[in-house]
Amino acid sequence: MKVLAAMSGGVDSAVAAARAVDAGHEVTGVHLALAAQPATLRHGARGCCTLEDSHDARRAADVLGIPFYVWDLAERFRADVIDDFVAEYAAGRTPNPCLRCNEKIKFAAVLDRALALGFDAVVTGHHARLDGGTLRRSVDLAKDQSYVLAVLTPEQLAHSIFPLGDSTKERVRAEAAARGLAVADKPDSHDICFIADGDTRGFLARELGSAEGPIVDAVSGERLGTHHGAHGFTVGQRRGLNITVPAPGGQPRYVLSIRPADNTVVVGPGELLQADEIQAGPVLWTSGAAPGDAFDCLVQLRAHGMVGEAGITVEGSRVLARLRRPERGVAAGQALVMYDGDRVLGSATISDARASLSAAGTPLTTTLRDA
Amino acid sequence: MPYLDHAATTPMLPEAVTAVTAAMGELGNPSSLHTAGRRARRRVEESREQLAAAVGARPSEVIFTGGGTEADNLALKGLFWARRTADPGRTRVITSAVEHHAVMDAVEWLETHEGAKVVWLPVDRFGRVSPADLRAAIEADPDSVALVSVMWANNEVGTVQPVAELAGIAHEYAIPLHSDAVQAVGAVPVDFAAAGLDALTLTGHKLGGPYGAGALLLRRDAAATPLLHGGGQERDVRSGTLDVPGIVGLSTAAALAVERQPQTYRRLDTLRRRLVEGVREQVCDVLVNGHASQRLPGIAHFSFPGCEGDSLLMLLDARGIECSTGSACSAGVAQPSHVLLAMGATPAQARGSLRFSLGHTSTAEDVDAVLGAIGPVVERARKAGLS
Repeated sequence: MKVLAAMSGGVDSAVAAARAVDAGHEVTGVHLALAAQPATLRHGARGCCTLEDSHDARRAADVLGIPFYVWDLAERFRADVIDDFVAEYAAGRTPNPCLRCNEKIKFAAVLDRALALGFDAVVTGHHARLDGGTLRRSVDLAKDQSYVLAVLTPEQLAHSIFPLGDSTKERVRAEAAARGLAVADKPDSHDICFIADGDTRGFLARELGSAEGPIVDAVSGERLGTHHGAHGFTVGQRRGLNITVPAPGGQPRYVLSIRPADNTVVVGPGELLQADEIQAGPVLWTSGAAPGDAFDCLVQLRAHGMVGEAGITVEGSRVLARLRRPERGVAAGQALVMYDGDRVLGSATISDARASLSAAGTPLTTTLRDA
Repeated sequence: MPYLDHAATTPMLPEAVTAVTAAMGELGNPSSLHTAGRRARRRVEESREQLAAAVGARPSEVIFTGGGTEADNLALKGLFWARRTADPGRTRVITSAVEHHAVMDAVEWLETHEGAKVVWLPVDRFGRVSPADLRAAIEADPDSVALVSVMWANNEVGTVQPVAELAGIAHEYAIPLHSDAVQAVGAVPVDFAAAGLDALTLTGHKLGGPYGAGALLLRRDAAATPLLHGGGQERDVRSGTLDVPGIVGLSTAAALAVERQPQTYRRLDTLRRRLVEGVREQVCDVLVNGHASQRLPGIAHFSFPGCEGDSLLMLLDARGIECSTGSACSAGVAQPSHVLLAMGATPAQARGSLRFSLGHTSTAEDVDAVLGAIGPVVERARKAGLS
């Protein structure tokens, strides 16, 4: 096949491209320039969008002996990922930009262009498996990225190749070294690529301003303190609230919700963060159709963990998930991804999470990877 | 492999390869006083005379540099500093909106760091600067102008500027004029003295010489403040041990390129016509950019509506045809060309552009390879659309 390998300059996408070459595909490497004004050198482990990363990708392509180009997708990325990220925070939700990038950029703008230009598929270094159209978790659960790929349609998956799903990250690094790829020991990228300094709160303050507003207690309605921009908070957040009034019984307080309309951050005891009924939509079924009107499965509620059992009821283009055990800090804007074992069934954006009357017990949070 | 990117770099002439190779085998620092040093010095001075003769300059007006970018920077910054030192009121730099980055970025640096005030002369839709605009820009305040810099021929669309006329206007006000002639030498007649220039940039690898060897022609009465300090090897304006093989290669190639220029022009002009007409036949809505007559013989610059230049380049590259989207930046991302934007193109038109540039090794087969591919390539790129 003629395939397009998206090469970020990191070790994963370099080895993925190498494996595609070994598999006999005709591979062309493409680095996506996503930053409008990329920095010259990389700082620490952040991001994938500096000129140095572009250079690393080019060197990997040289070693593999494949053609290499840079595609400028900065405008699309700004509109579809960064602006969306900011708008979601402004609306009081907690978005996942990596997921959005897969949905709108890598497997949409890039894939569409690749197909139009005569390629058959896009190869990426994501840690996930594709088994006959079924998306599965990587064998390396700590690196698994099926959660951020679950937004892909059957058509998108049909034109995707993930060569790394059967390998641990450790093996990928060893293979990169054996292949003479200089990126073998390049640090993993963390955090959000377009926030180079890692300061999400500062970024949002620059984008949205930092209007002061009240921090109020969910139970008493009392004003407990002042914040400098409601968008700097995440549901479930405990630290950095700067509340001077101690809680009764010394219980820690958590952010329960953010109300953009009156610029208010609502805090309260951890129990009120418990939720076992989650509304989400629109739903995207990985196989193209729901497994049934009602079924039991595993759900994952954020990128780095929070996996538990749930009963799903399908309501048109939406789902209602009833968790077997309540979770704490489920945030609107994150994806609810449904799994049958390690197989992805579908994905939907969480719009609401609440405690049913029967909610009780302690939350079960399975941590899939180190935060 | 059809190579149609001679404006990026052109193959070295075999004679230049021979001359460089021979010089690399010879010992000697041209600044040394012993026999080996004198031998190396002789190579340099013979090369200087050879180059000067080829471009209508005096040997003492040739300052060898490490290429075109250095020569442009030396001209812009050097003339600016020297003129401002002589008269602190001279802080204006007049240049065109279509300069190469080596001039444009140097001027912007002067603006940011040295308090220069920059006047960007507009161009018409064919990419030409108007002498009347230069006169008006000068007359706004003649005493404040440090220098004028307008390129001889544009590297993207190939439009040739009326540099002699512009120099004449600048000289009415005793203002020096520099011209970046990197694309012009060997392609069109270039005569430093006849054009009345004060400074001119040329470089080896665009005319069949080696990379990293260039020259600034600088009139004897034009003072320039050095960028590089050290031994003062080149007229105390440029320091650094002279690159004897590079200089020999540059001068050998320049002399041959200039000698062959009339034949090269006729041959490339014919090939270019074949290319332009052939592309027009297959892509009826193609736009051909640049000036119809005042242009370089080898550059054919097209805009393909609805296409991304990147896509076109990649599809042609996959078919073994090498060309350019016009201007590459360090990330390899093609920005909408400032040249096309200055000529009034829309950003979409600018992004859908390709430059085919012919040179001394180009053949009719190269052109026919493009014509054999361009129809389906444009059709496919159009399907992929603008990202």
